[in-house]
Amino acid sequence: MKAIVQIGLKPGVLDPQGRAIARSLSDLGFEEVTAARQGKVIELDLTGEDAGTAEQRVTEMCEKLLANTVIESYSVKIES
Amino acid sequence: MKTAVITFPASNCDRDARMALEKVTGRPAQMIWHRESEIPSDVDFVVIPGGFSYGDYLRCGAMAARSPIVKDLVEKANKGLPVAGFCNGFQILTETGLLPGALLMNQGLNFVCKPQKLRITNGNTRFTSGYGSTQEVVYPIAHHEGNYYADDATLNKLEKEGRVLFKYVGNPNGSARDIAGICNKAGNVFGMMPHPERAVDPLHGGTDGLNFFKSIIESI
Repeated sequence: MKAIVQIGLKPGVLDPQGRAIARSLSDLGFEEVTAARQGKVIELDLTGEDAGTAEQRVTEMCEKLLANTVIESYSVKIES
Repeated sequence: MKTAVITFPASNCDRDARMALEKVTGRPAQMIWHRESEIPSDVDFVVIPGGFSYGDYLRCGAMAARSPIVKDLVEKANKGLPVAGFCNGFQILTETGLLPGALLMNQGLNFVCKPQKLRITNGNTRFTSGYGSTQEVVYPIAHHEGNYYADDATLNKLEKEGRVLFKYVGNPNGSARDIAGICNKAGNVFGMMPHPERAVDPLHGGTDGLNFFKSIIESI
């Protein structure tokens, strides 16, 4: 199984990189971009068969290491 | 009096910290490698130095905060062991949860490296008592992720409890409420982005950091 973990700054936490990206896109003529937020994606290869257990375990990984929940939120997707 | 400095892969201020501790205590400071699992029980004060521990992988300080040596440090700090973290050391302390909040990328996206004026906002602590009536000091700063963030409730609590020890004069990185350095509730754990250990010799360009180390050492 594979887990796709998406991590980004929480809404309300200033993301200066996202702001710079939005400004750059706008400079390139993509004027429809009003805001950008930058995050990261972590792919995990997992052993085991049960998606429910995997989701629970990966959520625990996010809480313990992968995300800093003071500033970041995360989502977990399990793929077979 | 025995002091110690933890060295991680890519720490780069560990020897500056050792020199500052030795200058103030007159005794050698113990260097503790990150692979060790325990802070020796006779150590009275630990510095977590600046640098780029574990290459800043994942988040600054994230890996170091979960290393075995820091796990032991957290246990001992919760029992009262005095600990100070500078720069990456501050990031590590917030990642452990010993100090609240987090350090975001500087608001201007630039690495800032310069002497920085700070205001002592609480001179009545184990880390600042030696400054007497001095209200402003200059410590060097050198960081890219030093923008202190915490939610409003946490910031209010820190200020109300006198746990903000230093504020920036001229905010260099966007830190909330100009906060430069904070301590935990018990007052034995302190963290800041600036480097007092790099301001302890006239050749550094200033010696404003000496009283920081004298304060904590004399309190033990």
